[in-house]
Amino acid sequence: MSDGIYTVSILVENTSGVLSRVVGMFTRRAFNIHSLSVGTTNEENISRITIEVKGDALTVEQVTKQLSKIMEVIKIKILKNADMVKRGIMLCKVKTSTKTRSEVLEIANIFRAKVVDIAPSTVVIEITGGPSKLDAFIDMISPYGIEELARTGMTALERGSNTLKI
Amino acid sequence: MTGAEMVVKALEKNGVKIVFGYPGAANCPIIDKLSFSPIKHILTRNEQGAAHMASGYARVTNGVGVCTATSGPGATNLITGIATAFMDSVPVVALTGQVATNLIGKDAFQEVDIIGATLPFTKYNHLIKSGEEIPRVINEAFHIASTGRPGPVLIDFPMDILKQTFDYPEEDDEVNIRGYKLVGKPNESQINKVAEAIKSAQRPIILAGGGIVISNSVDKFREFVDKTGIPVVSTMMGIGTVPSNSKSYLGMVGSHGAKRANLALNHADTVIILGSRLGDRTVAHAQGFKNNRTIIHIDIDPAEIGKNLVPDIPVVGDIGEVLDTLIPLCEGYGIYEDWEEEVKNLREKYPPRSNSADTGFVDPKYFLTRLSEKTNSDIYLSTEVGQNQIWTANYFNVKTPRALLTSGGFGTMGYGLPAAIGAATAADKPVVAIMGDGSFQMDLPELATMCQWNIPVKMVVFKNDRLGMVHEHQYLLYKSNYQAVTIEGSPDFNKLADAYGIPNAYIAENSQIDEGIDKLMGADGSFLLVVSVNPFEPTGDSLNEDRLPKKEAVK
Repeated sequence: MSDGIYTVSILVENTSGVLSRVVGMFTRRAFNIHSLSVGTTNEENISRITIEVKGDALTVEQVTKQLSKIMEVIKIKILKNADMVKRGIMLCKVKTSTKTRSEVLEIANIFRAKVVDIAPSTVVIEITGGPSKLDAFIDMISPYGIEELARTGMTALERGSNTLKI
Repeated sequence: MTGAEMVVKALEKNGVKIVFGYPGAANCPIIDKLSFSPIKHILTRNEQGAAHMASGYARVTNGVGVCTATSGPGATNLITGIATAFMDSVPVVALTGQVATNLIGKDAFQEVDIIGATLPFTKYNHLIKSGEEIPRVINEAFHIASTGRPGPVLIDFPMDILKQTFDYPEEDDEVNIRGYKLVGKPNESQINKVAEAIKSAQRPIILAGGGIVISNSVDKFREFVDKTGIPVVSTMMGIGTVPSNSKSYLGMVGSHGAKRANLALNHADTVIILGSRLGDRTVAHAQGFKNNRTIIHIDIDPAEIGKNLVPDIPVVGDIGEVLDTLIPLCEGYGIYEDWEEEVKNLREKYPPRSNSADTGFVDPKYFLTRLSEKTNSDIYLSTEVGQNQIWTANYFNVKTPRALLTSGGFGTMGYGLPAAIGAATAADKPVVAIMGDGSFQMDLPELATMCQWNIPVKMVVFKNDRLGMVHEHQYLLYKSNYQAVTIEGSPDFNKLADAYGIPNAYIAENSQIDEGIDKLMGADGSFLLVVSVNPFEPTGDSLNEDRLPKKEAVK
């Protein structure tokens, strides 16, 4: 079984401590979290946790089985790469000078990123995308000097009429 | 009604008759209100004892055991008992006091995050936020603890909420937890596959686990065994699923199991695993264990299937329900002639061995054999952890489920005596606690609990002045460099029993066994029988007996 990144979408009760229960299970059973994001949903009291899990198919099956034993976990689904949209947000503060600013802005443009702050020696660029797009942006922008970088975990939804709902 | 009164009322509604506990400021409101209830509170001498007693009580009654402790150290003392119950899937509800809501997180006196601490080894836990939720949460706790794969649940009660007044909700009985999914009916086509695999097997074997006992399916299981004629080996928790002396049973498997059982399991071509999680002491290398054989794994917890071993035929479901469907499919099965012959040979080649001659020590294996015979196995038996546990598992003839109380998964020393005390509060048969002199000294505080509440426990201490199992471990693996295993400085246990007013006796020869057992079982209430055992007595029967030195060489 080959290792890979699996995207697991989890609906949970929005109660205190639920995140530590979910994350605690990963620690306790030595599973690997590659990225994590959590937020409320349109349903009252329901949050969605999206976790990218590193491992093989058997490991990920164990992850979902162990997750479903947590009382606050209501539904779980492993999302298939071909059938989902997966996005993360990255904010990237890049060093600029009058000489390099236009080049940096052009790269941002190509990536359909937005400039959300500009100052004499830096710009902050907001970019949304899947993991590879964000990585590619970092590669392109690194030569100019990244001052600071903040990246969220991935969040994802299935394409089409497939859903994970209560 | 105060929060504490609501707790007591909800406990009563859930049929609680007894609570094992220890008071402190934070759970005092509960202790106070319990005194106005028919529920009996048994004061222990350490909170750990309370948790083990609740566990022992739960195991023999097939109900839920309840324990209580105060915040901070009281709660942390419960932890070993909770983890022990978790590993053996025992339904226990632990009620802890917590500092007042406005002090939580302020490192108040006797404050600890017991919810965080017990998260990995409770089936569920919950910090009470308002009085109104108390009845619902307690109902949920009993439901969660006792259904599906059972396990411990802890509820943490801030003391301010226990003292404030609330209205008890009129309707509180419906438990509905959307995140708690019990498994449905087992999949019939999977069970058909099991029947097919059994039919085409040449050398099938059943590995019986504790799940058979927990699901109350022992009668159905024995019917299945009789009907198919498939030989049975068991895990430690599966002892008693068939009588240990029945012709289909070969013994416990694993690192401390019987050789005949391990050999039979290894040579089988089809292994039917029922209600076992396949722990590492049962199957050391789970993936190697597969070895081109057909593995059938039946368990109520889907997460156990594929966790340690990927089976060929997984069946998720209650074992009783699975057997209901499976047994009729196995009509006319039961012809495995060559295999039966082979199993019979194994049994004859590697029988249980014990020594009844006088050597200056008592042979613990012979003692346990005689205890079975003289009591007709009509007792509850608890063990500690160490050699005493393995000798009991391999040499006491357990005839009925729930008769053997032992810490199988967690291997907790200090479990046996409190578990026996908890069991004895509800048992319809005598309760015998088998201990070593190491573990007995972890139990000593609870002797007073036994005396205070007049709870009769027949205590047997195998005394070898050693932590016997580690001693053997150091003999085998550390070139006899015996470190931290001699327990000199131990008190005279008979004098100690005298101090507690517990009648007692000491035996040091096999010829004294019968008389010792007569005294033990004949005593009106509790009794302590100290049994002198050779420190080099092997744990298993596969080890070389030649290394057993005579008494003179030891002392």
